[in-house]
Amino acid sequence: MIEFENVSFAYEQGAPVIDNLSFTIGDGESVGLIGANGAGKSTIMKLLLGLVSGEGRIAVDGIEVNRDNLGKIRQKLGFVLQNSDNQMFMPTVFEDMMFAPLNYMVSREDAEKRVDEVLERLDLQYLKHKYNHKISGGEKRMAAIATVLAMEPEAVLMDEPTSALDPYNRRVVINTIRGLKQTKIITSHDLDMIMDTCDRVILISKGRIVADGSAEKILRDKALLEANRMELPLSLIHR
Amino acid sequence: MEKALSELGHMDELAVQESPVHGMNATAKLLSTVVYILIVMSFDKYDLSGLIPMVLWPVLMYQMSGIPVRTCFYKLRIVLPLVMAVGLFNPFFDREIMLHLGNIGVSGGVISMLTLMLKGVLCLMASFLLVATTPFDSICAALRSMHFPATLTTLLLLTYRYVGVMTEELAVMTDAYHLRAPGQKGIHVSAWGSFLGQLLLRSMDRAQELYASMLLRGYHQHFHYAKHIPFRGSDAIYMALSCLFFILIRFCNVSELIGRLFVR
Ligand SMILES: Nc1ncnc2c1ncn2[C@@H]1O[C@H](COP(=O)(O)OP(=O)(O)OP(=O)(O)O)[C@@H](O)[C@H]1O
Ligand SMILES: [Mg+2]
Repeated sequence: MIEFENVSFAYEQGAPVIDNLSFTIGDGESVGLIGANGAGKSTIMKLLLGLVSGEGRIAVDGIEVNRDNLGKIRQKLGFVLQNSDNQMFMPTVFEDMMFAPLNYMVSREDAEKRVDEVLERLDLQYLKHKYNHKISGGEKRMAAIATVLAMEPEAVLMDEPTSALDPYNRRVVINTIRGLKQTKIITSHDLDMIMDTCDRVILISKGRIVADGSAEKILRDKALLEANRMELPLSLIHR
Repeated sequence: MEKALSELGHMDELAVQESPVHGMNATAKLLSTVVYILIVMSFDKYDLSGLIPMVLWPVLMYQMSGIPVRTCFYKLRIVLPLVMAVGLFNPFFDREIMLHLGNIGVSGGVISMLTLMLKGVLCLMASFLLVATTPFDSICAALRSMHFPATLTTLLLLTYRYVGVMTEELAVMTDAYHLRAPGQKGIHVSAWGSFLGQLLLRSMDRAQELYASMLLRGYHQHFHYAKHIPFRGSDAIYMALSCLFFILIRFCNVSELIGRLFVR
């Protein structure tokens, strides 16, 4: 369970980016976090991971996110960064995928099994031994998702997982996300993807929650979406 | 220039190849390299003839590793001149004639300059070889296993990654610059300041996020994840032979011995 209780945050001395935010996400829920550019979506994820810290209380499974608990918290959460260039740091995709399991004391054999299983699920076997600096932007994104899945976290946070992906890979990612039993928090401007993967949507504007409810309801609310610089998902328009 | 810098990054690619040298234990390689560098540095500043045989070790190791010596000089072509420049002024300070080649007198300054340059080049060659045949994380793991402080190894690792990030950013930024400044050679002096500032800021941001991403995936200053090749008998033999070789060259003047052989 993920809890935010009256959380506020500002970068340096600037205006608050997150403003008295409260919500709870239950185990196994899949939640779409949507909102205009600069609304504060990525910042919410960073707060949850303890990469930045603000006021208020954030907890995962009852463990408060603070300096002492970072290790425990981070082991539970897999994070796909908005910028995949900064996600991969080992020489090859394979080594990057092995990194987390080995750090968490999974045996080399089991870790390798996991890696192969994830690569197959994502149809990425061909990337296994490629150098991270020699793969395309979209391939990097897929590889980044693979490294996070190989971690087998209890909850997955994905910041724009489908940006830069071709339609085939986008579909693979959507199907993969749908197949994940873990708790999921996904930010995206691709509302069709949110529609396909999330049951619940939280709409953020200027660091505050504007709407929180079923995806079905919020993603059909044309007026609400347009007031927040978004449009109805295409699949709804053409229906 | 930019290209030369960006070639400095991506050493990893060499380090994951396979060869007898790549397959050695990292600690063994690290220690031999350190001993080699120490011995090279310990030569007297006029002992050029004694130092020359030390070339043999790196040359042999490059042969065995399948990495052409040329790759080292090519990748390090930006650093080499700096190393070579160190002794450049010696000939002006030390003019005493030490040696006659035919009827040309060679001053002590020239000899010490050459010795210093050779020392620099040899140390660079040896360090390059280590990094080119051992994944950097494994080098850090070796340091840790020798009880190097964890903060230091992490810092080292991050510096290494930082160089990689910076060379990547540099490539992206120069491309972006040239696309908007067609026909210009290099980067105009007026843009140097902002260019450099941007470069540092961008690399720092990226390095920070990379480090965060390491932490998020469980990095805790231990290197369980690094490729580990156990220390075997062959590594012990390799270290012993290397050290024996260094000591032999250091304490017997091999070139003089060989020279005498031919003179007789
Ligand atoms: N490192 C930073 N330093 C200062 N301000 C920042 C920093 N990162 C983000 N901000 C500011 O915080 C606000 C929220 O940023 P955030 O990245 O959370 O937005 P977002 O909802 O993820 O947007 P996007 O859809 O563009 O990814 C923005 O106004 C941004 O300018
Ligand atoms: Mg964002």
